Amino acid sequence: MFDTIYPQLIGLCTGALLLTSALMVWRHSLLASIRLLSVQGFALAALVAVIGVEEGETEVIIVSVLVLLVKGIGLPWVLAHETQATTRTDEAPRLNPTAGLLTVALLTILSYVVASRLLAGDSSVSAHAAPIGLAMVLIGFLLLVTRRQAGSQLIGFLVLDNGIATVAFLTSGGVPLFLELGISLDVLLVVVILYVFAGRMRNKFGNTDIDQLRKLHD
Amino acid sequence: MSFALWTPLAVPVILALLSLAVPVPALRRLAPVASSAAVLGSGLLLVSAVLADQVPTLGGGLLRADALSAYMLTVVGAVGLVSTWGGLGHATAAPARFAGSYDALISVFLAAMSLAVLADNIGLMWAAVEATTITTAFLVGHHRTRSSLEAAWKYVILGSVGVAIALLGIVLIYAASRGTGEPTLSWLVLSQAGLPLDPVLIRAGGALAVLGFATKAGLAPMHSWLPDAHSQAPAPVSGLMSGVLLAVALYAILRIQTITNAVIGPDFLRIMLSIAGLLSLFVAAALLIRQRDFKRMLAYSSIEHMGMMAVGAAIGAAALPAVLLYVLGHGLTKATLFVISGRILEVEGTPRIDGVRALLVRRPGLAVPWLIAMAALIGFPPFSIFFSEVGIIIAGWTTGMGAVVGIALVLLLVIFASLTRLTVTMTIGAPAASVTAGAAVAAGAAVGAGAAGAAGAAGAPAELAGPDAPAAPPAEPDRSAHGPRLPLILALGTTAVVAFIAEPVGTLLARAAAVLGGIQ
Repeated sequence: MFDTIYPQLIGLCTGALLLTSALMVWRHSLLASIRLLSVQGFALAALVAVIGVEEGETEVIIVSVLVLLVKGIGLPWVLAHETQATTRTDEAPRLNPTAGLLTVALLTILSYVVASRLLAGDSSVSAHAAPIGLAMVLIGFLLLVTRRQAGSQLIGFLVLDNGIATVAFLTSGGVPLFLELGISLDVLLVVVILYVFAGRMRNKFGNTDIDQLRKLHD
Repeated sequence: MSFALWTPLAVPVILALLSLAVPVPALRRLAPVASSAAVLGSGLLLVSAVLADQVPTLGGGLLRADALSAYMLTVVGAVGLVSTWGGLGHATAAPARFAGSYDALISVFLAAMSLAVLADNIGLMWAAVEATTITTAFLVGHHRTRSSLEAAWKYVILGSVGVAIALLGIVLIYAASRGTGEPTLSWLVLSQAGLPLDPVLIRAGGALAVLGFATKAGLAPMHSWLPDAHSQAPAPVSGLMSGVLLAVALYAILRIQTITNAVIGPDFLRIMLSIAGLLSLFVAAALLIRQRDFKRMLAYSSIEHMGMMAVGAAIGAAALPAVLLYVLGHGLTKATLFVISGRILEVEGTPRIDGVRALLVRRPGLAVPWLIAMAALIGFPPFSIFFSEVGIIIAGWTTGMGAVVGIALVLLLVIFASLTRLTVTMTIGAPAASVTAGAAVAAGAAVGAGAAGAAGAAGAPAELAGPDAPAAPPAEPDRSAHGPRLPLILALGTTAVVAFIAEPVGTLLARAAAVLGGIQ
């Protein structure tokens, strides 16, 4: 029973991951992006759980709970908490939505081309979905490069990280549990640090526009 | 001997907790020094174990000290000791509420670096390197000025994106190891020859991992965080980052190179590292020519030396002992220089090179160690950087990479000239009258001391400054070192003699290089 719906479940989860990433490029409101990030965290946790059930490994299912707690609930909560505490500034990105979505399409095609070479010898269902992870990494880069607000850059970093986690789970069933713990802790702390710096930036400059960080140069 | 594997991790963490709890600043300031001493002591113990043909392991092989790890741990401890001990005189100027966290973060940083070199697992090493980004972020932003906030933001974003790329690479290497039956991230297993690893995945994973750690190592074109972070961080932290963090990132690159070399041969990473190394040398040469800030000058010099080490890594087996000696020599010299630069910044109140002139006449206590350390950095013998650079260049000629080391040599000469000019500007010459009233007073002192060239030029302004500063100008030049002298003497003394000690240093370097497949 499970074997027949397994490919569809994998497809559903990775589809949700790609869709949320693309929507984040499209939407400019920070709060909307945070909600999408939360949905993405849930989709990632579901993906991990599906892989865990298929492989029959309890360790992977524990990891899926961890992913749910950190990426689905914890991080979006921290970010939303920060955003609501401040005046809402909408993002004025360097790319308009149409150009952004076109770039997302191109990046997705690119990652399928790259992945088809990388995983040529692997014909499993999960390996076929792995390009989505690469596409998310590239979309994370796109967000990092094109966004001007500190909070949006943070979201770009988290999409990048989700993409790496997706690649890890789809290509090798995930890294060992203690490493997953270490990696999650590191990402959580980086987000907390950037959040503290964004707060200091707001205190000093009155806003969190990254473009004003241009004093240091040679 | 395996207790020496957990002491460099546990002692700094305990000291970090203590420095958060102890309210006495004088005691708290000693915690990072004690942490470094613990790391250095463990490193030396492990080195002695390695030389006695033991390989201590702990935690089911998760922590493992082969010759390379033991050597790197010693470097971490030694550079840490010079930076923290030398930085004792440095005022942290932080709000009292955060004073304890400064010392605690340095101790945690040392523990994370020790974990990175001792872990026999790429993933664990990755987590440790990322943890150093976290600890150093607040240290870079410690002064809480606008520029230090900018430097810290850029550092965290670039640093964590860089190591995220490395994580993607590590994930691909992990996926490549499925062919061995039991997927693994152990260095020991992965660097064995003849494993059935997927070459396509290893190539992509190795390239991404090296790219990511190169960001952390400050190699061009991913170097842009480095000058900002190094110039804005408190001086002891700059010394730690330059001498320890960059070195550990290079260590990661060397280990990954061993894995890829066994599967796809050395050519692929050789090209990548040669380009990154030469580009770093070029960037350093271009930006050192007109450098105005002496801490940024040291930062670009770090990019230069990391570039040279990358060229050495690209050359491979023959150059590896020289590269490893380079790591120690550069770490100690750069830590010394950053410590002195912090003291100069504190007494002169400006980071600008043209704001600090005639240091040798006015403040010989600072200028003499600065000149000696700059000579070591530029590559004068008997300091070990000279021997490392010569070793890399000779190894390059003999392995048919003459073009690469030829270009590197030309760029090194340009950097040599720039650094010499900047150092001369700072230290030698007559005191300029127009700098500050304080400098003018010091100029008067120079006249009193009979500095021949200074007499005519500086005499009149000193008289002008007289009414403003009625207190009698100091008759003697400032001979104080403005902080502990011993760590600087020990560091420079070590770099001066280390290249001449064949036993045990030479043996250790040869064994460490053999771990990387250096000597078959």
